[in-house]
Amino acid sequence: MTEPLLKVRGLKIGAIAYPPGERPVAIKIVHGVDFDLEAGKVLGLIGESGAGKSTIGLSAMAYGRGGVEITGGEVWVNGRDILKENLRSLRRLRGAEVTYVSQSAAASFNPAKKIMDQVTEAAIYQNKFSKSEAEERAVELFRKLGLPDPENIGNRYPHQVSGGQLQRCMTALALCPEPDLVVFDEPTTALDVTTQIDVLAAIKEAIAATGVAALYITHDLAVVAQVSDHIMVLQQGKMVEYGTTDQIINAPQEEYTKALVSVRSIRHEEKTPTDTPVLRVENITARYSGTTFDVLKKINVDIHPGQTLAVVGESGSGKSTLARVITGLLPPSDGQITFDGRQLAPALASRPIDDLREMQMIYQMADTAMNPRQTVGTIIGRPLEFYFGLKGKAKQKRIQELLDEIELGDGFQDRYPAELSGGQKQRVCIARALAAKPKLIICDEVTSALDPLVADGILKLLLNLQKIEDVAYLFITHDLATVKAIADSIAVMYQGEVVRYGSKSQVLSPPFDDYTDLLLSSVPEMKIGWLEETIEHRRMESAGN
Amino acid sequence: MKNIPISAMIGLFFTGLYFLMAIFAPLLAPYGMAEIVGDVWEPSSSQFLLGTDSIGRDLLSRMIYGGRTTIFIATAATILSFTLGSVLGFFAAVSGGWVDQVISRFVDLIMSIPSLIFALVVLSVMPTTVPILILLMGLLDSTRVYRLARAVAVDITVMDYVEAARLRGEKIGWIIFRETLPNALSPLVAEMGLRFIFAVLFVSTLSFLGLGVQPPQADWGGIVKENKEGINYGIQAALYPAYAIATLCISINLVADWILNRTTSLKGGRG
Repeated sequence: MTEPLLKVRGLKIGAIAYPPGERPVAIKIVHGVDFDLEAGKVLGLIGESGAGKSTIGLSAMAYGRGGVEITGGEVWVNGRDILKENLRSLRRLRGAEVTYVSQSAAASFNPAKKIMDQVTEAAIYQNKFSKSEAEERAVELFRKLGLPDPENIGNRYPHQVSGGQLQRCMTALALCPEPDLVVFDEPTTALDVTTQIDVLAAIKEAIAATGVAALYITHDLAVVAQVSDHIMVLQQGKMVEYGTTDQIINAPQEEYTKALVSVRSIRHEEKTPTDTPVLRVENITARYSGTTFDVLKKINVDIHPGQTLAVVGESGSGKSTLARVITGLLPPSDGQITFDGRQLAPALASRPIDDLREMQMIYQMADTAMNPRQTVGTIIGRPLEFYFGLKGKAKQKRIQELLDEIELGDGFQDRYPAELSGGQKQRVCIARALAAKPKLIICDEVTSALDPLVADGILKLLLNLQKIEDVAYLFITHDLATVKAIADSIAVMYQGEVVRYGSKSQVLSPPFDDYTDLLLSSVPEMKIGWLEETIEHRRMESAGN
Repeated sequence: MKNIPISAMIGLFFTGLYFLMAIFAPLLAPYGMAEIVGDVWEPSSSQFLLGTDSIGRDLLSRMIYGGRTTIFIATAATILSFTLGSVLGFFAAVSGGWVDQVISRFVDLIMSIPSLIFALVVLSVMPTTVPILILLMGLLDSTRVYRLARAVAVDITVMDYVEAARLRGEKIGWIIFRETLPNALSPLVAEMGLRFIFAVLFVSTLSFLGLGVQPPQADWGGIVKENKEGINYGIQAALYPAYAIATLCISINLVADWILNRTTSLKGGRG
């Protein structure tokens, strides 16, 4: 048997943590991980945030980001233990033998330089190719990655191409110096589903065509199932399970892997609409001041009491703007909103306090939605004090009730947001919204920033609370799996218009309009070969037309 | 307290020393402030530790009383400028729109006139009393504080928790004092140290030019002015207040640096 390209033995990685109000402590991020990667194969690293997957990925370049330090173990690349090498020889390795594709291409490209210069930089710097050879190779890669106008796209600046195209340019950048190994760090996470599928297909084809080996890091098992040969499941810096993609997806052994595979298995029976909706949005048209472009065009939707309307669409489709219009942060230029039988004033400032109380909002980033200088008790207690005048013991009692409702126990009242985990933070935000006894809660991408298992917990909690409190949700999301799990009715938005609207069963059953079809078929399924099937299916359809 | 770096310790020590001296001036000073007790520019002796000044007053006593005046004026002016500047800055940031525009452009207008020249013009028509000095310095300095407070608050007011408070229907007072201020406090406190130093320098400059604290009242800038002729004859009297101003400024700077370092650190900064 030949020596594997990448051999990792007993890898240990540590860092210094700075807990609020305490002295810095050394923590271990990765506790001894072993794996091999043969030339031309793809290994998927999967786990929740904090599992150490990016850290392991970067160790293939002997690099620790921020205060992260590799404390032990061996990393062999092409038969050399790179952890023992000095910076000079590491510099010859990075960008030549091993390259890296980051999550956010938009943040990683230098906006002041042309794409071509950045794509060919490493190859030229490492003396792998001359400038003209490198450019030729880059054009070839652009073509392989399916970028439009491959001869000239390199002359553009990063802001002149779309997010999905830029992510493909970054893949070209990584492949240009003919590396032996590419580390893909969540390359499609920041993209819309409809874009993700194209990028995923392009990456997969490019890997196959160049015969490069790859480490593919992601938190989405359905995505990694499409591209990798083997999968390693990580949890808190330890390996949970390692196996072929087929085995992990179809016959997981460990409990944790099983939970990951079966995530989003919430079943939710659709409720029938009532006669009087709690919120009726009629003919809403809106634009931001100083622009000449309508972000929302004649939107009509209803939300029924105790039910959930899911608004889906890709970024830029206007779904968050709809929330801003309903809350009064952005007065519409036309149309009207009826809430609980009353017509709502367009602007926030002119709405009576009861209208504000009955409509609450939960945000995507729980981190920024809570004042870091206030305790959980203050955060949840303020609406109680503000709307109901509760004080002292009565307030304390109600806060504790709310904390029980969101399944957080005693001792949370005096904690600060920085002392909570991501899921706990989002729960506190839910409690703050519930404290006002609202009729409608607007949930703006509330689970997008959370790990799949934690997000699942939040969705279950929301459904449960809906039963108890009989509150309606306007649920804004780009994730169709979430929609299937909790919606009663669905509105699909595209470029500021509702292209499809109705009960869940209506919207999700054929015949589809073009956009909904594209959206639905782009959601990765946890099935090997799904990517090829979908791409093939689309090709045949477009050939048939 | 163990985590305080040595430079900040030195700074804290000297700052504390000066402030204690200012507070307990009447107990510490060996002679009265305006009492003529000896010859002109006597050298230092066991009777007059720092010698005497241009008309025979004990220099140490004048230094102690002068420190009291200088530090009092600077402190009062800093407090005034901070209260006014930060409240206005937060108000402008939270209100936004034309309110912000009107206040900000007015502040720009004031800032476009060099503050020393502005102060000299005002003091040449107004009576030079301590309250007027404090008011003038406070108002002029508040424009700088306003700039910082507004810049910090603008970053904070776009956070979701401020939006959540607005959606709840909170009044502007709650948004300023409960949501914004606690999160803006650390950069403001650090700036306060720097502003205090500028106030010390400013009042000393004015007194040196004869438009600040009026004799027989003592202050450090005034002592330099009274004794500046002595430098020609190799007499140190004018340099002691200069040393005092320099050491006070450096020590407060050391403290302010330490606070700034703590609050702008990426490692758990504002937590």
